Amino acid sequence: MATKSLKAKGNELAESNKQLDILNGGIFAEGELPFFKDKINEIGHFPLRPKKLEILQINVGYMCNQVCEHCHVDAGPDRKEIMTRETMAQCIEIIRNTGAHTLDLTGGAPEMNPDFRWFVEEAAKAGIKDFIVRSNLTIIRANKKYYDLPDFFKKHNVHVISSMPHYTRGKTDKQRGDGVFDKSIKALQELNARGYGMPDSSLRLDLVYNPSGAYLPGDQMALEADFKKALKEDFDIQFHNLFAITNLPIARFLDYLIASENYEDYMYSLVEAYNPAAVENVMCTNTISISWDGWIYDCDFNQMLDLKVASKVKHIKDYNEDLLNDRNIIISQHCYGCTAGAGSSCQGTVA
Amino acid sequence: MADSYYDPKDLRKFGKISEWSEELGTKFFDYYGAVFKEGALSAREKSLIALAVSHVVKCPYCIDAYTKDGLQKGITKEEMMEAVHAGAAIESGATLVHGVQMMNKYDKLSM
Ligand code: SF4
Ligand code: SF4
Repeated sequence: MATKSLKAKGNELAESNKQLDILNGGIFAEGELPFFKDKINEIGHFPLRPKKLEILQINVGYMCNQVCEHCHVDAGPDRKEIMTRETMAQCIEIIRNTGAHTLDLTGGAPEMNPDFRWFVEEAAKAGIKDFIVRSNLTIIRANKKYYDLPDFFKKHNVHVISSMPHYTRGKTDKQRGDGVFDKSIKALQELNARGYGMPDSSLRLDLVYNPSGAYLPGDQMALEADFKKALKEDFDIQFHNLFAITNLPIARFLDYLIASENYEDYMYSLVEAYNPAAVENVMCTNTISISWDGWIYDCDFNQMLDLKVASKVKHIKDYNEDLLNDRNIIISQHCYGCTAGAGSSCQGTVA
Repeated sequence: MADSYYDPKDLRKFGKISEWSEELGTKFFDYYGAVFKEGALSAREKSLIALAVSHVVKCPYCIDAYTKDGLQKGITKEEMMEAVHAGAAIESGATLVHGVQMMNKYDKLSM
């Protein structure tokens, strides 16, 4: 596992324009593979346009207790970009007035933001139907001050979505670091003990699976069945749904693909698995993403590529939902990750 | 022309065999697709069978393809290696069982 972010290492892929050069150049520029734009043009979806806004995704900072090798955020303990309370207050205003039904807090490890609990308390009062926190599980066991997070989540009826690379120790620790598996198991048991993830419980606990390497996720339902069976049999753990998410060729995952000489093959796999039926429901058609410093993006991936929305409204200080929804979505070749197979979004498959 | 018989990149072009015989190519890929769907056997079980057979027929393209397919399906390396051994055991058994023929012939020819 990595120990430092690309940014801290001074790796050139920490620069978003270097990443975009790669995604726009090479096999695409040479015409070996088609540009995403041309593919979606074939089915009349260029320019890509949003539909009704349903999900507000807020990234409260890139700081994380882990440094996962596949991380598209390039998150880690060395990342200092985190949302201030002032920006959070602006977000609360938006949450109060939005037409979206879901609020999705992500990071980094959102819990590491010192104002995280304040934000959750305020946001929970703002009247949103589904309130998600993306928790990496190990944070709950990382330090005593986080041990009560399951109770805190329960108190505010937070929907917990957690990443779990595999139901075996070996594969999990390889992707996320030594000890991650045992800590995650313990955290899941704690959540189960509060009622999270239990059959018929209204306390939602979903897991996110993404491949630990240069391959695409298999069938989401089959994986969910395997995870459910193994976690129940081995650890008596239960959860609601499993979301199989494709790794997008961005940041550390892109760095890994290039370093392991898998980049071309991976892009071929993505393009080969292109599913026109997934285009209509890609995440950016119903979600917007807000960064720690209040900028607005079509999705968390575009945020990491520093591709701000193509709209007059680029920052939450000028927020206007109608104006914002009337925009063209910015795309590049990383978008093939959202349309491969059954499609991929933060809520799992889309087709 | 390539100067070696196997090029990993050729696997990407597999679909092109239909270009020289659309009818047979389409029939083959339809059949192939149907075989690997969930059925009485799960897609996961079939992937492991395919991996074992890939080794027995020693097809480097199939080995690449079904190793990746196994990873996609969450199959562990222990499971994959056991499948390869199952294939290898049948293959070596198939050689060894001919030892009986050798013994029969030996006995027949000997006084
Ligand atoms: S993948 Fe998640 S848990 Fe891992 S480093 Fe990135 S933000 Fe942290
Ligand atoms: S990467 Fe972002 S912009 Fe591209 S298709 Fe996916 S959600 Fe949309």
